[in-house]
Amino acid sequence: MVHGEVWTIKELFVYPNEYIYWTVQIVMYPFMTGLVAGAFVLSSLYHVFGVKQLKEISRFSLVFSFALLPVALLPLLLHLQQPLRGIEVMLTPHFTSAIAAFGIVFSVYGLIVASELWFVYRRYFVETALALREKAGRSLAENIRYRLYRLLTLGAYDLSEQAQELDDKAVKILAGAGIPVACFLHGYAGFIFGSVKANALWMTPLMPVIFICSAVVSGIALCILTYIVTMEIRKLIVAWRRKPLPVLPLSEELKSAEIQVVTMTTRYLVMFMVLAITLELLDLIFRGYTAVKSWDILRSVIYGRDFFNIFVLQYGLGNLVPFVLLLLPRLTIRRAILATTLVLLGVFMMRWNVVIGGQAFSSSFAGYMHYQLPIVPHDWETFREGLCGALMVGVAPFILFWLLCKIFPVFDCPESE
Amino acid sequence: MRNHVWRPLYLIIAVIALILLVRTLVVPEDFGSHESGYMYGWHRKGNEAEWQQVKVKYQTSAYCKDCHREMYDSIGKSPHGIIPCEDCHGPGAGHLDNPAKLPIDRSRQLCLRCHAQLPSPSSGRSAIRGIDPAGHNPEAECSLCHNPHNPTLEELP
Amino acid sequence: MMKRREFLKHAITVVAGLSLPLAALRIVQPERLFAGQEDLRWIFLVDTHKCVGCGFCVRACKIENEIPYDANVTRTWVERYVVTTDGETFADTPIGARDGFTDRRIDLGEGKFKEIKDEEIEKAFFVPKLCNQCDNPPCVQVCPVGATYRVPDGVVLVDRDWCIGCGYCIMGCPYGVRFFHPVYRVAEKCNFCYHRITKGLKAACVDACPFGARLIGNARDPNDPVTKTVLAGRVGVLKDEYGTKPWVYYLGLSKEVR
Repeated sequence: MVHGEVWTIKELFVYPNEYIYWTVQIVMYPFMTGLVAGAFVLSSLYHVFGVKQLKEISRFSLVFSFALLPVALLPLLLHLQQPLRGIEVMLTPHFTSAIAAFGIVFSVYGLIVASELWFVYRRYFVETALALREKAGRSLAENIRYRLYRLLTLGAYDLSEQAQELDDKAVKILAGAGIPVACFLHGYAGFIFGSVKANALWMTPLMPVIFICSAVVSGIALCILTYIVTMEIRKLIVAWRRKPLPVLPLSEELKSAEIQVVTMTTRYLVMFMVLAITLELLDLIFRGYTAVKSWDILRSVIYGRDFFNIFVLQYGLGNLVPFVLLLLPRLTIRRAILATTLVLLGVFMMRWNVVIGGQAFSSSFAGYMHYQLPIVPHDWETFREGLCGALMVGVAPFILFWLLCKIFPVFDCPESE
Repeated sequence: MRNHVWRPLYLIIAVIALILLVRTLVVPEDFGSHESGYMYGWHRKGNEAEWQQVKVKYQTSAYCKDCHREMYDSIGKSPHGIIPCEDCHGPGAGHLDNPAKLPIDRSRQLCLRCHAQLPSPSSGRSAIRGIDPAGHNPEAECSLCHNPHNPTLEELP
Repeated sequence: MMKRREFLKHAITVVAGLSLPLAALRIVQPERLFAGQEDLRWIFLVDTHKCVGCGFCVRACKIENEIPYDANVTRTWVERYVVTTDGETFADTPIGARDGFTDRRIDLGEGKFKEIKDEEIEKAFFVPKLCNQCDNPPCVQVCPVGATYRVPDGVVLVDRDWCIGCGYCIMGCPYGVRFFHPVYRVAEKCNFCYHRITKGLKAACVDACPFGARLIGNARDPNDPVTKTVLAGRVGVLKDEYGTKPWVYYLGLSKEVR
């Protein structure tokens, strides 16, 4: 069977070779890179602009951004027909293609985040490595840990005040440099779509900007959500541990700190949401107003076939409802959870409506294609380009984050500064 | 110790060096921007020859003419003379080495490609005699009555 | 004060520095680049008046180019357009017209068909489609690895050993001529039967057409019949507005053709 035939239903006049070639993995790709970029921007707000209230969440979102990073690569590899040749993007890049920049931008960004993480946690690495070195009779696990941390110090054991000042400076510079790169990483994901002149729905210069804004929105939302969840888990742990150790902070104290962080962060979330929605609506209005040749078919897709996806799920549930929830006074944790989940849904639907919606009509402008997401996989192809593949990509960053938490003290770090 | 800030940079340089090394090992030598420039001509030169070496299957009617002169001439006089031999007899590649086999497509479907009557004003189709596939001896192979090499209705038995 | 010798040294450096970019400019003269091969540029002519929708071209193409016969993709296809008396346009191309058009009804997809009475038909005709071998191929522009390219004679080829299968070229083509080859799992497209035209033969679809609706020629040869028709006749191209500069010309193109 031809690639794409399984999940494509054609209606009216569609060219014979047209299928939905870019499926759920290409929806996941900008969604995941968006989360990466958004999480990084959030962490940089503290490091660069010194937004003190975001200190706690910034450390967390930096590690989370790093956990998301390899996962942004995963959907692309799963989507390629020849995944083993993927490295060619680095070997013979053809820069007239928007995708060719991926290898380089992605690596630059990855290296920036990794270096920043190194500078943030260098002191911890050194201290842990030294402590383990001192310890006599290390167990096997401790030995592995010792080797790992020794490697992570990159041989730089200098913890003098001067050196630490340098570290802080480097973090600041990297965080600053990271913002444009993060925006570029995601903006160019928008460019990949926006520059396809053959696709009437995608082709708009606003696409990269819309992508960046919605990326920041989704990144912040996910950070808030994950932050809340991890805090709740911590509260449980603390409550459990407090019995023998009354010195630990009360879970009430943790809770007030938590709601403060969440409230602060949601302000930024709302700000970027307004920006994203404004641009998206501008794009829609502009298309309707100029009404070029493709508008007839676009209108029938936007207001007809995809109405539920666009106006109910994306704008209604994903934008309007969380907007109201977040702006109502006296934000509670529960409401924040609901709102950020809905925001994530909204951004995901936005990606879906761009990627799948852009292929919902034929380039003949006289026919439609309907995408049926393969739910139950019956071969490798329907697995990777179906619900299971998407879920795999969706779960991967949390597993990675959990692993990274074993190495980086994201939460119970001894206060530096 | 004083320059510990540059440690990650060394790592980065090492990674770049590794990629460049892999590049020299993996990328074929004839890869580059050739005559059409970087935008349209960035490719592996050797691939052009690979495409040229694809096997030719359809040999054209000129290939049939020498051995099947009689057939070639007879169909040439009929309205079907415009149809290349290989459209019904299949591609001729390898026929010289193995002359026995060339499966002839005698299906109704083949004739109906042109002779199913379709109302198509403003196209050459309307000039071709057509039948209603469901009404005109639907079970029969066309060649039972019509000689594909001399299909004129006037000469029907 | 600068010594004379030093001044000369600097002057030479400056001149050398200036002349370098000038020389570079001379090498990449744009008109030279876009001219391609001086004596050969493949050009294709489709006469839609002559096409009867038999689909022999599609069949020959699939066999000649080893596209699995029953796979629902094809390098070339034929479309049918039916315009009714009340101005409505219907179009279809059942399995790319591999088996020609034998059904009067229009295929609407999803197993639905549209019956149109003879007297309601204002005009009806067939339009063969294939790769336009554009001068500005958007599919080549967007290939991230250099797996597809334009040969100086104008044909756009795909390197099956280098394509990563990202599908960006498929998305980038406004004509929908590209697809994934079901066997090789890389991008695939019409290349005017490159293995035939480089051996002095014509493309398989051209040879298979009984009616002369498809012709291939050399645009650099002023005596080539195709070139003559394109220069002197009233010809059109598909989707001019995308700026792709296609090289498949059509006689008898109608506004309904998509």
